[in-house]
Amino acid sequence: MSWVMILSLAGGCYFFKLAGLVVAGKARPSPLLDRVLSGLTPAVLAGLIVVQTFDGGGTLDVGAGAVGLLIGGVAARRGAPFVVVLVLAAGVTAVLRLL
Amino acid sequence: MSLLVFTGASQFAAVGTVSAGGEPLSALGTALLLAARNGVYSLSIAEILPTNRLKRLIAAQLVIDETAAMSEAQPVPEVSQEAFWVTGLSVYIFWNAGTLVGVMAGQVVGDPLSWGLDAAFPAGFLALLLPHLSDRKKRLAALLGAAIAVISIPFLPQGLPVLAAAFGAAIAAAVGSKKRRKHHK
Repeated sequence: MSWVMILSLAGGCYFFKLAGLVVAGKARPSPLLDRVLSGLTPAVLAGLIVVQTFDGGGTLDVGAGAVGLLIGGVAARRGAPFVVVLVLAAGVTAVLRLL
Repeated sequence: MSLLVFTGASQFAAVGTVSAGGEPLSALGTALLLAARNGVYSLSIAEILPTNRLKRLIAAQLVIDETAAMSEAQPVPEVSQEAFWVTGLSVYIFWNAGTLVGVMAGQVVGDPLSWGLDAAFPAGFLALLLPHLSDRKKRLAALLGAAIAVISIPFLPQGLPVLAAAFGAAIAAAVGSKKRRKHHK
C-alpha cells in the first residue's frame, strides 16, 4: 500500500461522507423523501450484512459464516450484550471451519 | 490508514486486493464503491447533525455504518445527535487502537479467517439493525435491501450490491405511499 493510494482513498471516502450532508442540506423536505431517507440506513445495513456473509467473490456462498451470523442474530434478539454477539458469531464460525 | 480513511469495509477491500496481487487502481475503485454507502448514510442522518460548519466537517468523517445505525435508532432528535457523537468518537478511538494492536500482534495471531473474525462484522451489524426492525416501514426497507443484495451479488462488481440495496428504501417508501392513498379513498 503506497501513501498515494491511502491518501486518495481517504480523500474519496471523506468526499462521499461530506457529499451526503451537503446534498441533504439543499434538498427540499417532502413526506415521500422523508420516508425514503428513513428507510435508507436499514436497507443499506441489511445489504451490507448479506454481502459480508454470502459474497464469495462474485458468487453466492453459504458457509460457516452464515451459521455464525444466525447464532449471533438469535443471541442479539434475546438481548445478549453486543460483545457476546460478536464472540458467539466468531466462535461458532471458527469451530465450524475447524471441523 | 485507519485514522484517515476510517471506513472498515473499504480498508479491508483495498488491502485485500493489493496483497492478493491486484491492480492498485482496481483496489481503489472497489474500496471507493464500498465507501459510497457512507454518502447514503450521511444523506439520511444529515438532519440530526449539528448545523455549525466546523462541527459538521468533523461529523462527516464519523459517518459510518455504526453511527448511522445508532443515531437513527433513537426516538428523540436530541438523543440522536448525542448517540452519533458517542458512537462516532468511541469507534474512532477503538478502531485505531485496534489497528495498532493488530499491526503489532498480527504475526502471532495468524489467519483471522480461522478465528471466524469475518463473521463478527455482519453479526455486529445485525445487532445494530435489529432495533430498526420494529418499525414496519424500516423492516420492509431492510428486507428489500437484503433481497436486492442477494440477487445482485453474482452480477454486479464488488461494492455495488450494497449500494443497490439502497433502492430497497425507495421501493418501500413507494409501496407505503400507495397503500396510504388507497386508505384515503
